[in-house]
Amino acid sequence: MKISGSYKGGRLTLSFSGELDHHAARDAMKRLSQKLDAYSPRSCVLDLKGLEFMDSSGVALLLRTYKRMNELDGTMCVRNVRPQPMRVLDASGIERLIDITGAV
Amino acid sequence: MKIHNYLKLEFPSRSVNEALARSAAALFVLPLDPTLEEMGDLKTAVSEAVTNCIVHAYTGEVGRILMKCRILDGNVAEISVKDWGCGIEDVAKAREPLYTTGGEERAGMGFSIMESFTDEMRVRSRPGRGTVVVLRKRMGGGSGK
Ligand SMILES: Nc1ncnc2c1ncn2[C@@H]1O[C@H](COP(=O)(O)OP(=O)(O)OP(=O)(O)O)[C@@H](O)[C@H]1O
Ligand SMILES: [Mg+2]
Repeated sequence: MKISGSYKGGRLTLSFSGELDHHAARDAMKRLSQKLDAYSPRSCVLDLKGLEFMDSSGVALLLRTYKRMNELDGTMCVRNVRPQPMRVLDASGIERLIDITGAV
Repeated sequence: MKIHNYLKLEFPSRSVNEALARSAAALFVLPLDPTLEEMGDLKTAVSEAVTNCIVHAYTGEVGRILMKCRILDGNVAEISVKDWGCGIEDVAKAREPLYTTGGEERAGMGFSIMESFTDEMRVRSRPGRGTVVVLRKRMGGGSGK
């Protein structure tokens, strides 16, 4: 599981690649929090183009990121979600809270 | 019922084994010609079952997990995941969506995902003794061989 970030004009884009399960989630959340604390962005884009697998541990991570962005009075969206992670997000119902679009 | 193939895999409840378990299950069902979606669903369900053993059954200790995979009649894959951990007091309650004892690192989605991503999920648990989750899923659109 890798996360790379880029920041421009108040927008932090974090690109995920690899597999996001319970094993990867703790470290991923730590690095994600560090980036949010460092930049305090107005908007945060999670680009999941390279994310090959995700389970409910990933849902919890997205929810925590969403809460953190709310505390910062910022917005968050999730982009380029592949079919398998999309099935998990569909099942979780968090699309009611978070703006999510799939890979084209 | 005829058992066409089986695989037993035992491993310690270390999180590094989550990927190993779901990948092994995926490779095992490959001869059933699953669609990509069926494969993804099975991997996800296995990942949830194994993660529950690691996170909940053996909190703060390393225990034993036994995964058994079987191919049954009609292109059905059966995966059971067993632990000898703390067990579940109220299984019906634990199966409810969003129910969790895991705090903000957990979503309470595991059982809901296992249930909706397979054809059948059975849970047997005894407090203090352990838990077994049995998942069944027909693969390859049920076309047979
Ligand atoms: N193998 C197990 N041993 C002991 N308790 C378990 C086991 N599996 C599940 N539980 C209990 O059932 C609850 C619900 O499990 P479920 O997988 O649905 O959600 P979760 O694990 O809490 O969150 P998530 O799966 O979204 O990370 C758990 O919080 C835990 O209390
Ligand atoms: Mg779970």
